[in-house]
Amino acid sequence: MIEAELRRSVGSWYPGATGISGTTKLSGGASQETWSFDIIHPDGNVGVILRRAPRGYGAAPTRAAGLQAEARLMQLAHDAGLPSPRVIHVLKAEDDLGTGFIMQRIAGETIARKILRDQQFARARPHLARQLGGVAAGIHALPRAQLPKLREMTSTGEIAQLEREYRSFNWPRPVFELALRWLRDHDPGRPNQVTLVHGDFRHGNLIIAPDGVRAVLDWELAHLGDPMEDLGWICVNSWRFGEIDKPVGGFGSREELFAGYHAAGGKVDPDRVAFFEVMGTLRWGIMCCGMMQRFRLGPDHSMERAMIGRRASETEIDLLRLLAPRGGA
Amino acid sequence: MQDEPTPIELTKAVADFLRDDVAPVISGHNGFKLRVAINILDLVTRQLKSAAGSDAMEAARLAKLLGMQGSLLELNRALADSIAKGQVDLTTPGLASHLWQTTMDKLAVDQPNYASYRRELGSE
Repeated sequence: MIEAELRRSVGSWYPGATGISGTTKLSGGASQETWSFDIIHPDGNVGVILRRAPRGYGAAPTRAAGLQAEARLMQLAHDAGLPSPRVIHVLKAEDDLGTGFIMQRIAGETIARKILRDQQFARARPHLARQLGGVAAGIHALPRAQLPKLREMTSTGEIAQLEREYRSFNWPRPVFELALRWLRDHDPGRPNQVTLVHGDFRHGNLIIAPDGVRAVLDWELAHLGDPMEDLGWICVNSWRFGEIDKPVGGFGSREELFAGYHAAGGKVDPDRVAFFEVMGTLRWGIMCCGMMQRFRLGPDHSMERAMIGRRASETEIDLLRLLAPRGGA
Repeated sequence: MQDEPTPIELTKAVADFLRDDVAPVISGHNGFKLRVAINILDLVTRQLKSAAGSDAMEAARLAKLLGMQGSLLELNRALADSIAKGQVDLTTPGLASHLWQTTMDKLAVDQPNYASYRRELGSE
């Protein structure tokens, strides 16, 4: 059981800790798990989160930055004053817990529908887009020299990767073909500046409190690339949860996002952002198809997976709204 | 010929039972999974109702657009291929309206409450 190993591990690096409590598994796939627990301490208990790949699952998928890199990035973000949990411990072999890290648990909400509808976030909502613009600029400004080793992605490479993945499903989707064509025709090429890109900057990976953004999570897809990718991804309609006239996460405008980015020292290229919004919409569609594939072929024969396959059509209508708006609008 | 009731009536009866009688007494994670299950049955019911009609019209549009005959899958493969090769694009008469109609028909089955779909439906 994980408690015994956690207790032993915590005792070895947290001075004064007398035990742990409330160990709960928050999520877990085959290769990665998230646990929540409290470190018991005479000065007051400390709520923490463990993110780990259990023993035997050390090798990260090719796209993933790896848990060591995630820990490093979160710590860098935290040290730069960005909303990010403090990393308390990076797992070592003697912890006997696999690879991963333990970080401070941050109170707040990640579920988009609550953030967009609950009264307690009403005061925060109008400021989120601008705030997140600032956070994105801060992430993109983290000094290259301090970053862990990350793969570098180009828009051209990403288009090719999406196409390969789509073709592997062997199921014709004329709208996806149209989007792939459009992306190839509008590929902006290398940006003036290659920076750290969070890679999954959107609802679900943002902890929001009644007073605003508290933390950016899940750096699994972090890479080097075009910083405008993060701004395009957060505008994808799939993350608006019905609030389709508020392009940034269903709570704000592109202008607010851009203003926050600019105010924090970043330079916005709206055309590139628009390109990455189209690419992101297609990417989510292809990810939905991938879930369907795993439902059909893999061990996860869940109804949820199956139904996500039927959400690919949502991205088709969004792609048509972007690329072939009706009435020539 | 199979007898009545029809598949549409059967799936709807199961979905209604789960929604009206079972869902109120189930909570937690199983409650969530039950809602997913009901959504699936509702989707299947919608597809059984509409697919025959929309598939036939889609095939007719594709045959006209591509100037060929074939199964719906063959026709869609041919269209996908033509778009990939740049043989047809949004300037090709009928392509945009075909893609829009096909996509609207998919959403009507998959996610009729999706906000983009409702917006487009309202502007038709």
